[in-house]
Amino acid sequence: MLSKTLKLTVLATAVAATGAYASAGRDYISIVGSSTVYPFATVVAEKVGKAKGIKTPKIESTGTGGGMKLFCNGIGVEHPDISNASRRIKQGEFETCQKNGVTNIVEMKVGYDGIVLANAKAAPLMKISRKDLYLALSKEVPDPTGAPKMVPNPYKTWKDVSKDLPDTKIEVLGPPPTSGTRDAFVELVMEEGCKKFDFIKAMEKENKDGFKKACMTVREDGAYVEAGENDNLIVQKLAANKNAFGVFGFSFLDQNADKVKGSEVEGALPTFENIAAGAYKVSRPLYFYVKKAHVDVIPGIREYLTEFTSDKAWGKDGYLAEKGMIPMPEAERKQFAADAQQLKVMTGEGLH
Amino acid sequence: MSDDNPSSAGAPRRRTIDAVRASLPRRYAKERRFRLTGRLAVLTGLAFVGSLFLSIILNGYTGFEQTYLKVQVTFDQEALDPEGRRDPAALAGADYAALVKRAMQAAFPDVSGRSELRELFGMVSSGAEYQLQDMVKADPSLVGTTRDLWLIASDDVDMVMKGHIDRRVPEDQRRVSDRVLGWLDVLEKKGAVDTRFNWRFFTNGDSREPELAGIGGAVMGSFYTLLVCLVISFPIGVAAAVYLEEFAPKNRLTDLIEVNINNLAAVPSIVFGLLGLAVLINFFGMPRSAPVVGGLVLALMVLPTIIIAGRAALKSVPPSIREAALGVGASKMQTVFHHVLPLAMPGMMTGMIIGMAHALGETAPLLMIGMVAFVVDVPKGFFDPSTLLPVQIYLWADSPERAFVEKTAAAIIVLLAFLIAMNALAVYLRKRFERRW
Repeated sequence: MLSKTLKLTVLATAVAATGAYASAGRDYISIVGSSTVYPFATVVAEKVGKAKGIKTPKIESTGTGGGMKLFCNGIGVEHPDISNASRRIKQGEFETCQKNGVTNIVEMKVGYDGIVLANAKAAPLMKISRKDLYLALSKEVPDPTGAPKMVPNPYKTWKDVSKDLPDTKIEVLGPPPTSGTRDAFVELVMEEGCKKFDFIKAMEKENKDGFKKACMTVREDGAYVEAGENDNLIVQKLAANKNAFGVFGFSFLDQNADKVKGSEVEGALPTFENIAAGAYKVSRPLYFYVKKAHVDVIPGIREYLTEFTSDKAWGKDGYLAEKGMIPMPEAERKQFAADAQQLKVMTGEGLH
Repeated sequence: MSDDNPSSAGAPRRRTIDAVRASLPRRYAKERRFRLTGRLAVLTGLAFVGSLFLSIILNGYTGFEQTYLKVQVTFDQEALDPEGRRDPAALAGADYAALVKRAMQAAFPDVSGRSELRELFGMVSSGAEYQLQDMVKADPSLVGTTRDLWLIASDDVDMVMKGHIDRRVPEDQRRVSDRVLGWLDVLEKKGAVDTRFNWRFFTNGDSREPELAGIGGAVMGSFYTLLVCLVISFPIGVAAAVYLEEFAPKNRLTDLIEVNINNLAAVPSIVFGLLGLAVLINFFGMPRSAPVVGGLVLALMVLPTIIIAGRAALKSVPPSIREAALGVGASKMQTVFHHVLPLAMPGMMTGMIIGMAHALGETAPLLMIGMVAFVVDVPKGFFDPSTLLPVQIYLWADSPERAFVEKTAAAIIVLLAFLIAMNALAVYLRKRFERRW
């Protein structure tokens, strides 16, 4: 029975150690949040951990919403210090934070991410407007006869949508509704394209639900295929199917330029330069949020902020740009770097 | 017998044997068809498994290798230790990246211009500076000398050498420019490019640079988690099985418990993750991403399997053993612990190992308790943040860098090797210790 005694001892030690942990603290930064910011935050974390002799921050990829929920749960070592987000914090999330005692939040914008529509290298280049993309992918579209009412999407081929587009079946592989990329695609492409119709634009104010239904619902009849969260999978499928298009983040286009090519949206190709200059419209800002109360309690947060806001990281030729993040203009970088040094607390104005 | 006699001619009655003989070819054919279908089913299964293994191995074997570039590095006294005191802290904090850059520039002295130099420096991994740092730390006398060193190549160079980036593709469509390919050719002609076994893959933790990323952290995380899982689930599982099978009265309550254990075995594993989140992390305040929580959750998940296997093993011990022990005066407890349990142990161990293999390959419950995380430092205990092998595979599969494709496949190979080893051990134990009555 010796082994049993041994096991019991181990068990007892484990239980005792749990108690010890709760009263001790945490000597590494805990980061949660967006899977889009994850590839950039991890690079910075790794550098911080190697160069500065502090423990490498732990980064969980929970998605923006899930990250905010954990982040706003409270102050203390059991709650994360930083939350990454591929959109700005929402009013509701901000209020939850305040309610739970997370009052001093430092907001950091880090750069931009482009969302691309791409097809196989061998297929012809697609040139499309956001309006046509909306018409091709929305569940309901304005009546093609011109009457100001919504009808179920009748378009089968791209040519049906607009005579300038190719005569192939509409087939778009994209992320599922749980993904931040999908949210951004709906907001930046579908909503914008939808607003080109005056009668829908008028709806935005008086009939919010109707507007949402008209603009932000992706069709479910097989033209838009939910391909899962894995963007590599979409790239592989595009390489195999010349007629299909895919929707994913710019960094995957950047890495797979030999397999897929980005489509021209509103007259601009999704290149690094175009996104940085704002010529390519389908791009979104990336953020992270820091609990001020945790700075100087959890070791390394200041170092992490300094590293992230240094020019060699988020600058024009920084290592984050090499990983596919589009840097902000210099003035904006300077402003946010200064905010980081002073730990400027956000007020919550202008959120929605 | 006279009925079967063919010589009793003239009998109008149809004999059974004729009917049997007439149907024989049909029955044989039926059996042949059945066997053929069975064989086809097995073959199809094998073909699927084979193609899966083949694609993983073909994708992954290169992941165990890494390209190195031979460069002449000068450990400059001025740059590293200007005061000549060999102070370890000063040596550790010196700018080794500059050494790497200077060495690359020395190898190609005619390269100039900012973007060209960036490309040149980009051929070497950002891990090369830590390579040099470690060397100096181990042997401070290196300072002031010049050595030919094999530095880790960047993932792009590595992909070119392994043929995963096609040189024939037009320049604007590949990640590596013609310039870099030219430099690489020069180095290759000098014999300064080599592909070697990638031992870092087994010792390093995760990294965002594919050439530095390793499964060391994930393997240690899996080890700690499984240890916790084993220590908790085995004693509880065995005790529960022994009590339910040997001591518990047969009544409504034990029936209910039995039904529930069987049901628990079929509960989707993510539910155990939710339970871990709600009870262990939110209520007991245990840390997120820690092996101890992962182990507890996985222990809950494998407990039903272990109890069911344990009860089956106890049931297979013949009653005569128990009766004989009781007959010579052993108490009920002595009977169980001296005779029944040792005989049932091989079966229980098999159940245990299969349960552990199941736990090793599980990701879903870990998602909820924060173990799907980027963890660079190799965990050193049950409370350090860590990740597990299958989670590492999941994270790499989702990474944009091309070089992570082979790393993913290589990690799958390692995971499969562990699983096969564990299952083989289970088979061995069964064959070695199993008793037949």
